[in-house]
Amino acid sequence: MTTIVQTLYLCARLLRNLARQPIWIAVMVVQPLFWLLLYSQLFRRITDLGGFGTSQYIDYLTPGVAVMTAFFSGSWAGMSMIEDLDRGVVERFLATPARRGAVVFGHILQSSIVATLQAVLILLSGLVLGATNGGIAGWLVILLASFLVAGGFAGLSHGIALLTRQEASMIAIAQFIGLPLLFFSSLLIARNLIPGWMETLSLLNPVEWAVRAARGEALPGTGWDEMAAFLALLAAFAAATGAFATWAFRSYRHAL
Amino acid sequence: MDAIVVDGLEKTYGKDVRALDGLSFTVQEGTVFGLLGPNGAGKSTTVRVLVTLTVPDAGRAIVAGTDVMESPAAVRRAIGYVPQASGVDREATGRENLVLQGRLQGMRGPEIARRSDELLELFGLAEKADALVKTYSGGQKRRLDVATGLVHRPQVLFLDEPTTGLDPEARAAMWEELSRLAAQERLTVLLTTHYLEEADRLAERVAIVSRGRIVVEGAPDVLKRQLRGELVTVELGEHHDGKATGIVERLEDVHEVSVEGRRLFARVDRGAQSVPVILGALDSGGVSVAAVTISRPSLDDVYLHYTGRDFRSDDEAGT
Repeated sequence: MTTIVQTLYLCARLLRNLARQPIWIAVMVVQPLFWLLLYSQLFRRITDLGGFGTSQYIDYLTPGVAVMTAFFSGSWAGMSMIEDLDRGVVERFLATPARRGAVVFGHILQSSIVATLQAVLILLSGLVLGATNGGIAGWLVILLASFLVAGGFAGLSHGIALLTRQEASMIAIAQFIGLPLLFFSSLLIARNLIPGWMETLSLLNPVEWAVRAARGEALPGTGWDEMAAFLALLAAFAAATGAFATWAFRSYRHAL
Repeated sequence: MDAIVVDGLEKTYGKDVRALDGLSFTVQEGTVFGLLGPNGAGKSTTVRVLVTLTVPDAGRAIVAGTDVMESPAAVRRAIGYVPQASGVDREATGRENLVLQGRLQGMRGPEIARRSDELLELFGLAEKADALVKTYSGGQKRRLDVATGLVHRPQVLFLDEPTTGLDPEARAAMWEELSRLAAQERLTVLLTTHYLEEADRLAERVAIVSRGRIVVEGAPDVLKRQLRGELVTVELGEHHDGKATGIVERLEDVHEVSVEGRRLFARVDRGAQSVPVILGALDSGGVSVAAVTISRPSLDDVYLHYTGRDFRSDDEAGT
């Protein structure tokens, strides 16, 4: 209970700090919309190839962009941890009776909340461009997938941040995993158009799990059971990386 | 009663960086204690052990009656810690920093609000209370750091290098602040510093740390007095023929006489009494004197005396 309350306080601090950065907000709002417009124009005719479950690419793209945005913001999340480490903020928290876990979970939760808010914005923009994404149930599933995938990658990112404690290493790792995970998935393109070996490998990719879950309700072709299975995989992924970040935090504390 | 008891702390980083090498001292409740030493002497590591951030390899430490290794959580409730690297959130306001700190210390909303107002007032930050910390001056920021450590009315406050990086004016203001605080709040304060002047000014007792050990401990005045009183420097007139040393050495209560060029140094117990005697003797011996000065020993001299090394060069070596 205490851990939850403290996690919320620490998360609120991070969200409040972000809300004070107008340029950051502008980029967070504009960038996903930019992807949505750019890709939907670039690949407009791609649905002619079939296998998308819709003739309008925007229907297929909107959940994909929501997941992509969540995945990116999660994988860069560790930067804020490094800043807190450098400025002695983490040490100050550690000298209080605050639960150790709350310090890490506050950061992870922040990424999930930001990603969910961005997903809402993306869904609204998609709606303007003609994508309904399966109504309320579809939207909720997309938001949940965004929340989980952002938290999952944020856990990984914070764990790496706590182990390396260096911005340069963080940036290198985030860049290294970013594009491969994006392209080893059906985020932009229908599964029947992906080479077989890539599709097989994509099943190991949490980004793919999030995309499949997010489209489960929005587009025909996926049953409830399959969607639930992907959401469960995502939740397990988030739990595993959360545990990894907690372990990395313990190893950081022991090195002090 | 002792607020802090440190007994034989040892800590080695990596294979051979020996940060603490059997360090022991005690701090009496309600007093200000200064850990003095050059950079790299082991002061910060000591503080980090006492505030439960670092686990020592050997030894024991008791803070506010609680063992730091057995019940770290209880120690954390009883202490305030102001790290060298500040640790306040620059992107938040002063008040927000205080409120979050209160929350993490488990205080309730109305109590936190009252205490925050009180501290902002006490540290002259009321006007800047709702401004982002990144707009604060160096001195204002450091005062907020200290206020943050005090939100939950701790019994023991740890200040790691409270004035490092401040300009002389802000440093003087901080000293005022800290003296007043120690007197008002009936708080035990342990501060580390590599400014001899700061320890002299603020601490009732100091311990000099060098290479992970306490070299000497005591009240600054007592430490200085142990150095056999004061230093008399006599500037001799031209054409002195070397007999000055002999004349002064024969006098009572004068020790360690030496001559360097035209200057003669002597240690005396009481300068005011010895100077007329020295001058009289030199005059009768036919040695003319151009000038004379008396200087009281500083903690610099104490450091030099007990470590055999110059403070400043050790400080640079440690950085």
